[in-house]
Amino acid sequence: MAKILDKQRYKCAMAAMQTVQAIERAIPVLHSGPGCAHKLSNLIGNSGYFSPNIYPCTSLNEKDVVFGGAKKLHSTIENSLKVIDADLYVVLTGCIPEIVGDDTEEVVEQFADAEKPVIYASTAGFKGNNYIGHEKVIDAITDGLLSPSEEKIPGLVNIWADVPYQDEYWAGNYRALEELIRDLGLKPNTIFGYQRGIRQIQDIPKAEFNLVISPWVGVKNAKHMEKKLGLPFLHYPTLPIGAFETSKFLRTVGEYAGVPSEKVEALIREKEEYYYHYIERFADLFLETRVMSKQFSVVADAHYALAVTKFLVNDLGLFPAQQFIVDDTPKEFREPIRQYFEELNYGIKAETIFETDGYKIHNAIREHDYHGYPLILGGYWEKSIAEETKAHFLNISYPIQERLVMNSFYVGYDGGLRLLEDIYTVARSRFN
Amino acid sequence: MTINLNSSNVGTRENRLGSITGYIGSLSDLASQSECGTLRGCARCFSQSSSCLSMCALSELNRIRNVAVIHHGPAGCSVVASLQEYLTKQLAAKRGVTTNSVYIGTDMNERDTIFGSTEKLRDIVLQVNERYHPEAIFVSSSCATGIIGEDIDSVVDDLKADIDVPVIAVHCEGFKSRIWATGFDIADHAVLSGIVKPPKQKRNTINFKNFYESARDEIIEIFSHFDLEPIFLYCNSSIEELEHISEAAATTCICGTLGNYLGNGLEEKYGVPYIHSINPLGVQGFEAWLREIGRVTDRSEVIENYIQEQRAIYIPQIDEIKRELQGLKAVIGMGPGYTFEVTRVLNELGIEVVWALAWHYDKKYEDGQVPPAMKYLLDNQIDFEASVSDQQNYEVINILNKYKPDLFLSRHPGSTVWASKQGIPAVSVQDEFMIFGYKHTLEFAKTLLDTIRNRSFEDNLAKRVKLPYTEWWYQQNIASFMESIK
Repeated sequence: MAKILDKQRYKCAMAAMQTVQAIERAIPVLHSGPGCAHKLSNLIGNSGYFSPNIYPCTSLNEKDVVFGGAKKLHSTIENSLKVIDADLYVVLTGCIPEIVGDDTEEVVEQFADAEKPVIYASTAGFKGNNYIGHEKVIDAITDGLLSPSEEKIPGLVNIWADVPYQDEYWAGNYRALEELIRDLGLKPNTIFGYQRGIRQIQDIPKAEFNLVISPWVGVKNAKHMEKKLGLPFLHYPTLPIGAFETSKFLRTVGEYAGVPSEKVEALIREKEEYYYHYIERFADLFLETRVMSKQFSVVADAHYALAVTKFLVNDLGLFPAQQFIVDDTPKEFREPIRQYFEELNYGIKAETIFETDGYKIHNAIREHDYHGYPLILGGYWEKSIAEETKAHFLNISYPIQERLVMNSFYVGYDGGLRLLEDIYTVARSRFN
Repeated sequence: MTINLNSSNVGTRENRLGSITGYIGSLSDLASQSECGTLRGCARCFSQSSSCLSMCALSELNRIRNVAVIHHGPAGCSVVASLQEYLTKQLAAKRGVTTNSVYIGTDMNERDTIFGSTEKLRDIVLQVNERYHPEAIFVSSSCATGIIGEDIDSVVDDLKADIDVPVIAVHCEGFKSRIWATGFDIADHAVLSGIVKPPKQKRNTINFKNFYESARDEIIEIFSHFDLEPIFLYCNSSIEELEHISEAAATTCICGTLGNYLGNGLEEKYGVPYIHSINPLGVQGFEAWLREIGRVTDRSEVIENYIQEQRAIYIPQIDEIKRELQGLKAVIGMGPGYTFEVTRVLNELGIEVVWALAWHYDKKYEDGQVPPAMKYLLDNQIDFEASVSDQQNYEVINILNKYKPDLFLSRHPGSTVWASKQGIPAVSVQDEFMIFGYKHTLEFAKTLLDTIRNRSFEDNLAKRVKLPYTEWWYQQNIASFMESIK
């Protein structure tokens, strides 16, 4: 049922066009009104090879609402294949064709023999938010492009983590995750970002397993691939940031993939030594910042809320106040996610609140006693409540405004250092 | 054209003004067909995504201080909320005022498309009113609510009994017009019908419709010479200010596409004269505009003196730069409120426009006349190849590839880089005041010169990137996908 979206944190399912855009040389073909893509795009970082103003679109009008837009969709796909130089065409439906009942699937099937693959995902805005839309696109790829493979590439691991563009650090994070897998002596396979495209998609069935690094997004996709492609999967709920979680991540994946434990331990020793070299040097700052309490709140999707909470508690020794999960997490995942937040060092349990109404979140922050100047990591919306509560504020989750993220990442040992740089750059911008 | 303020709905530009989004030919042909009424636009059997009218309408309204916009639809429709928060807060801070305007969505889901959700919408409006005590509430529809027939007018009418500030229904079904500028009219209509009050007195104010007030201080200074006080709309406007715009001495705007509905509406309904001149861009534009303001507000003499004073300062400097720009060739792509003004300015500066694209074309304005910018070009025998294209990028790139101009000038986010990718220096006329008056015309000319004198960025980029189209497309005529409207 409709509900108040006050301080909105997500987009609609058709914003999964950004998931498509993250695949190199894949183009969304929109069966929608003329302005959806412009609206759903991030306003910067849109001048890559493909961008929203390149997406073909049926630009449905009043007449199409009455008579249907199937014919227009046909000519749009047909001409997209001629005009746009892409490897993969992904037809996405918006609200209009799905309410008026266009048979999009039938139109798309007419292109089964086209020179380039044309697939389809149903992403009407009212079908869910962009986390759900992202999953629909991955399922469409599984169903439309993949079949079980006899041939396996030893050590190949498919990685599924951030929702591209919704998490502005996706491009850097995926590369950093690949690096960790490579450090274990395995071969990472991802389909998003620089030089990741149709070839990587084709390799998916040749992997030994899928690695889902997210509290809930992608779990359904992995189950679907398990059934359809016979690919087993490892679900690691926490995006690893900093030494504690990254070392745990390496152990878990190493063990699952059968990497000898001596090798894993040697790797962890080397990485932690490097990481703690810097932590040691700057511990003075972390311990002697005068105006920062030990308590913090994260306002983010489950993915970031969990990752950042674990980092700040287990690496930095801060204490969690309430943590706010704003991605409208499907009900069936909420209890397990609550559990993840209760598995912190020293038996610390973080209270998690699933809430999409930002007004209530701000009230809760206002009412909580942080025993001093709070640290708030969240969306741009938290800037105002941070000002009001004299908090240190870092904009790490959607919506991100007033900062530029090109290829930065928070994943891994270096990612942890990067997050500390960002937090303490904020803390140092006022009297200490 | 009579503006009907008793209905919450406003006709599209296509229906009201005969506006079009598809045409290829020349400026003179476009103009003469507009004048004799034979112009019919084309449709396309292949097109690319453009913009949604709701973005123009609701962003304009949300920039009014201390209002609430409630966008009834799935989460994607209201996604501009965070951008609005960012913009409105920065713009208010820049001016030293505060705003508590909010942009709220209703996260409509599948069940709502079957059973409707007007009850829930009603609750949300009441809740927003309770939380923020806005000075006005705009309740907007979307494609989904439009198709399933949600009656937002009734919800709004009902709520008027419970809420003591204006609650206004705004109809923003994105499928209703391909011309996003229809959204400007929708916003103006909401303000005219729901906020503006009949005049009680005459004031020495001039309503100035613009986007972001970037030349606010200097325009206040200019008008202070004429004993006129500009009221900038709608960015940082207060509801109280808007209630009184019917008392102004005149209405003007920086962009005809943006200001035409409000200007003509105030003229028709309350007798506030609308400045029907070319816009204040470039020397000719600035002078014609000032003189028309002088004529309408009975200040011709003082304005003429001002013009002469300023000419003495700026014209020699502009003439000097002009010599260096002479003979350059440009392609330009902007909304029609800018394309036909900026082509005139380029002509003033000695730059030859080889092709002009307008993102749409209004064959006449609300007053039944051909837009003044167009008339000016025609009267002065300025002609060039022209097309009307709602930001169809494949057409723009094809034109640039064929003409390889010295410069590409554009307006609208994301439209500039495609020239740079082809090694063509590009200037984004993003600030609506970039060519305003003598001072900015001079700055603009200097910026053009700086741009063509250092081509490093576009050289570097063009060497390393590939354009997103097939070789096949570059060999086609840009009209390949145009078809007559059935």
